[in-house]
Amino acid sequence: MSEQQAAYVLRTVEERRIRFVQLWFTDVLGRQKAFHITPPELEDALDEGMTFDGSAIDGFSRVQEADVLAKPDLDTFQLLPWHPEGEGVARVFCDIATVDGAPFEGCPRNRLRRVLDGAHDEGYTMFVAPEVEFFYFDSLEPTGPPRPVDLGSYFDLGTDDRIGGLRRHTVRTLEEMGIPVEHAQHEDAPGQHELDLRYTDALTMADTVMTVRHVVKELARAAGIAASFMPKPLAGVQGSGMHTHVSLWRDEANAFCDPDDAYGLSPLAHQFIAGLLAHAKEITAVTNQWVNSYKRLVPGHEAPVHVSWARNNRSALVRVPTVKPSKTDSTRVEYRSPDSAANPYLCFAVILAAGMAGVRGGYELPPEATGNLFDPAEGRDHERLPSSLKEATDTMASSELLHDTLGDHLVEWFLRNKRAEWADYAETVTPFELHRYLPLL
Amino acid sequence: MSTVGNARPAELVCIPAVDTALAEAARRAGLQACSEPDAAAAAAAVVERTGDIAAAVVDASSGTVLDAMATCKVLRRLDPGFEPIVVVVTADQLDELTLRDELFDDFILAPTAPEELAARLRHLAAQRRSALGAEIVEHGVLTINLETYQAAVGGRALDLTYMEYELLRFFATNPGRVLTRETLLSRVWGYEYYGGARTVDVHVRRLRAKLGEEHAHLIHTVRSVGYRFG
Repeated sequence: MSEQQAAYVLRTVEERRIRFVQLWFTDVLGRQKAFHITPPELEDALDEGMTFDGSAIDGFSRVQEADVLAKPDLDTFQLLPWHPEGEGVARVFCDIATVDGAPFEGCPRNRLRRVLDGAHDEGYTMFVAPEVEFFYFDSLEPTGPPRPVDLGSYFDLGTDDRIGGLRRHTVRTLEEMGIPVEHAQHEDAPGQHELDLRYTDALTMADTVMTVRHVVKELARAAGIAASFMPKPLAGVQGSGMHTHVSLWRDEANAFCDPDDAYGLSPLAHQFIAGLLAHAKEITAVTNQWVNSYKRLVPGHEAPVHVSWARNNRSALVRVPTVKPSKTDSTRVEYRSPDSAANPYLCFAVILAAGMAGVRGGYELPPEATGNLFDPAEGRDHERLPSSLKEATDTMASSELLHDTLGDHLVEWFLRNKRAEWADYAETVTPFELHRYLPLL
Repeated sequence: MSTVGNARPAELVCIPAVDTALAEAARRAGLQACSEPDAAAAAAAVVERTGDIAAAVVDASSGTVLDAMATCKVLRRLDPGFEPIVVVVTADQLDELTLRDELFDDFILAPTAPEELAARLRHLAAQRRSALGAEIVEHGVLTINLETYQAAVGGRALDLTYMEYELLRFFATNPGRVLTRETLLSRVWGYEYYGGARTVDVHVRRLRAKLGEEHAHLIHTVRSVGYRFG
């Protein structure tokens, strides 16, 4: 942290009459946490960080090592534009450290930074552009299936205006916060929307995904609507994915690009994709971390089911989008399994780790999947992604790559938490069972 | 040359050094003062050594106004220079100051009361600070207040991160020039940054988003070179 940066932040707080500064950080499951501090406390927080009891946060500390330190990353100091003038609120992302200042093992942001540093040492910088999908519902009361706001109301001008206006307002707010949105569109399912974010480096993008989820939910709530990033809130229609476009850059050039290759891809890109495929099953517990995530990874709804890659095949796990000859800089691969409820820090970390394992190991790229993999005959030739959280966590538990990438602290905590979630689910008598069995058995 | 034996850099230089009583008087009034024979020596003694801007008192009363004005002219051209420049004149010399206002900031009658000199210098320093405080870079609808770090476009405040602010400030203070990504990276970031030149593109895009559609064109892309502001 430079003196000038601190001066900039402190002066901005004064000039813009900021009442509260929110110190944002993320727990292991990717849930947004925050402290609210007043401006007089800010200078100390910038100098020394804020101490708090980490055992209160999922995945942070055991009780005997409870206190941790939130250290603001001043690069990320940003006003939240929807608060009224004169009652300003700003946020700053924090890294979590132990009380003696060392990076804390349970902090996802630290973890991503460390994985990025590893690739950077080899000359590579990761750029990421996700497509974030979500639903607008009338309410999030879990009493029955949620009602999409625009369900059956395609001709209802009033409703459409309300949602269109909300989405435009959301995009404008994100742009005001320096988050460029390439496309915003209504998705296939009723009530479902998508924001395609313009690429940034992976750490900035993980912060951005956290910000986008917060802004989408806050602005929806203010409009009396409920936004949800749940992976599969409605059966029978598409779930909410976070297709993640990835490129590696080296020496000011796109390291994935090779115009002479049949696919426009460099040998490095071939190996990176091979790495993604080889380790896809191991990283799925992170990219799809909820019981509900696996209700999305089923055939027929644009979500991948099989470990495969292809150019223009939306049933594949890794897709290589076609780029114009004049736009070879945008050469990238799209990893299609992550959902919008993943922890973006850990999600980008494991995607990079899987790809880089392919690069370091010189993996061979299997042939492109040309058929529709949702067709059972076509899918037979490919391995399946884990079909449940249980299968995914079991695969993760024995993955050396995951232990190396995330560290034992994170992996062990994650497995404990996810196995408990699965156990709860396994014990639950679901509406499916009641509907099907109660009248019959 | 006679400087005070104090580590604090001189705040005031008295020219010429013939009459050291002036510097003495200033010191009695609590100022760090030294005496130098001419403008070049003053620059060598104060500006080159500290890089700071000091006040200058040019004494015309013990010589001629013509010589004193020649000294003022040299002092004015120095960068960083001397400010404010105060001329000491006798009552008989007052007429000769006419039409030379741009060469000095204030004048004082000899014999000089040290308290009056100190008070005048304090007042001039305060005026200068408030003038600097309002130091504003303007370009069309864009204004940047360098003192408060606040930027606005068409009166609407921009909520910038520190790097976005630094980038916009660099653009706005170099309008019309084609700036390569490498130049921007080295001048604004100042060190090797994650992602190299592509980082510049990311920040420019974020900055344009904040400027809003209407004003995003303030930063032009110069194809396969870099950017131009304005």
